[in-house]
Amino acid sequence: MNRRGFSAGRVWAMLLRYLYLLRSSWPRTLELTYWPTLQMLIWGFMSQFLYVNSSYVFRAFGVLLAAVMLWDVLFRGQLGLSMSFLEEMWARNLGHLFVTPLRPYEWVLSLLSMSLIRVLLGMMPAALLAIPLYHYSIFSMGLPLVAFFAVLLVMGWALGMAICGLILRQGMGAEGLAWTVVFTLSPISAVYYPVSILPAWLQHASWALPSTYVFEGMRAVLFSGIFRADYLLTALALDVFYLTLGAGAFLFAFHDARRRGALLQMGE
Amino acid sequence: MIEPAVTVENLVKRYPATVAVDGISFAVGRGVTAALLGGNGAGKTTTLSILLGLLLPTAGKVRVLGEDMLRHRYRVLPLMNFSSPFVDLPHRLTVRQNLLIYARLYGLPQRHDRIENLAEDLQIGEFLDRPAGKLSAGQKTRVALAKALLNEPELLLLDEPASLDPDTGDWVRCYLEGYRARTGATILMASHNMAEVERLCSEVMMMKAGRIVDRGSPAALIDRYGRTNLEEVFLHIARGSRAELEPVS
Repeated sequence: MNRRGFSAGRVWAMLLRYLYLLRSSWPRTLELTYWPTLQMLIWGFMSQFLYVNSSYVFRAFGVLLAAVMLWDVLFRGQLGLSMSFLEEMWARNLGHLFVTPLRPYEWVLSLLSMSLIRVLLGMMPAALLAIPLYHYSIFSMGLPLVAFFAVLLVMGWALGMAICGLILRQGMGAEGLAWTVVFTLSPISAVYYPVSILPAWLQHASWALPSTYVFEGMRAVLFSGIFRADYLLTALALDVFYLTLGAGAFLFAFHDARRRGALLQMGE
Repeated sequence: MIEPAVTVENLVKRYPATVAVDGISFAVGRGVTAALLGGNGAGKTTTLSILLGLLLPTAGKVRVLGEDMLRHRYRVLPLMNFSSPFVDLPHRLTVRQNLLIYARLYGLPQRHDRIENLAEDLQIGEFLDRPAGKLSAGQKTRVALAKALLNEPELLLLDEPASLDPDTGDWVRCYLEGYRARTGATILMASHNMAEVERLCSEVMMMKAGRIVDRGSPAALIDRYGRTNLEEVFLHIARGSRAELEPVS
């Protein structure tokens, strides 16, 4: 028995739990792919329409489709983490989990891994379906796509951990935040339009988000074929900052839950 | 001299509006079955939660199996386990899946064999592949016990272990007696089931309003209060005035 330090076996145990849960309900698995695919269909037709009616989309057919799919990486990354966390709350299972040798950070690692799996399960069908439907492949972006994906996923994790911390602190009354908070960042992330459209004062807030650099960088790749390494580096630095904050908030909330006795009581 | 399985000194848990545990001290020797006995709100579950590391105390010291629980709980957690009717196993997972995950969390080798053996012992084999949420209350109690015994704990903490129908309750009590005799494990339970405590425990700590107001073997307590059974002792203490019930040192 490993009594000290990190155990990959325990992380795998928790990941296995979430995979069992996913497998136990085909409607939930289907739901993972349903919304991203529906979004892709709507924005695909919109892009076809705007391609002949808008000079903006005419410059690169995939600019809206790529934006909607990358935005979903951020949204699904955050939601994937929060949903697995909420499964434990709904099951009132924390009291059992944390009398085992499971460390909070091992649990977090399993939540992050499950988030990645959920994002891939959700996004891949939509991305692949766009190829025959609209003759557009997001994969044609090449390596920058990997960088954009990673930055947005990590930002989703940072946000997800902060939200989970808030739910641990405030109880299940705050669970709605898991579905809503990320959308407050959508208008200022410059997902579908350049950041220059925003009022000057709001642009400062926009440039404080890693997502803004991703979407501006994506347009630079699609419109000009230029990969902005400076954008990527800034986004990565911001990711590290927010991830530290998110992890700190979560671990603080967990410690606080132990102080308040919430681990045994937390649940529906 | 072997250190007791559990040593608690001046334990306090204070919330903004209430004092749940008010400076209690006790020790539970190794291989003993002991109980924290008291009514609702007496502080039993709070004390167990602190022993499990789920709750941080306001003050006091807790040593479990020779380790400081507040500083080194990860050294001890692999050697302990717990069961409570108030904490569920995830409903959508089958019993087998639940047990496999906990076996992995405890780092057990030969997990499948261990689960099969426990299933046979606890007579849960026929519903191993049924979702945990579809079990009857009695079946859930057995499964919870299987989860609590997966790592063959040296210290087993039980919160109301047999608060069910008399048949299941009796079955659980028999099993626990056998487990302690076979392994030499220490069992500490929180209960307000007098018959259960009287039958299983050699040590009883009577709790009221966060304090230990008396302690001893069931027979000694019955004798001390001039009653015929532990339930009468409990009622005497529960209904007694605060002045009569100063904590016993």
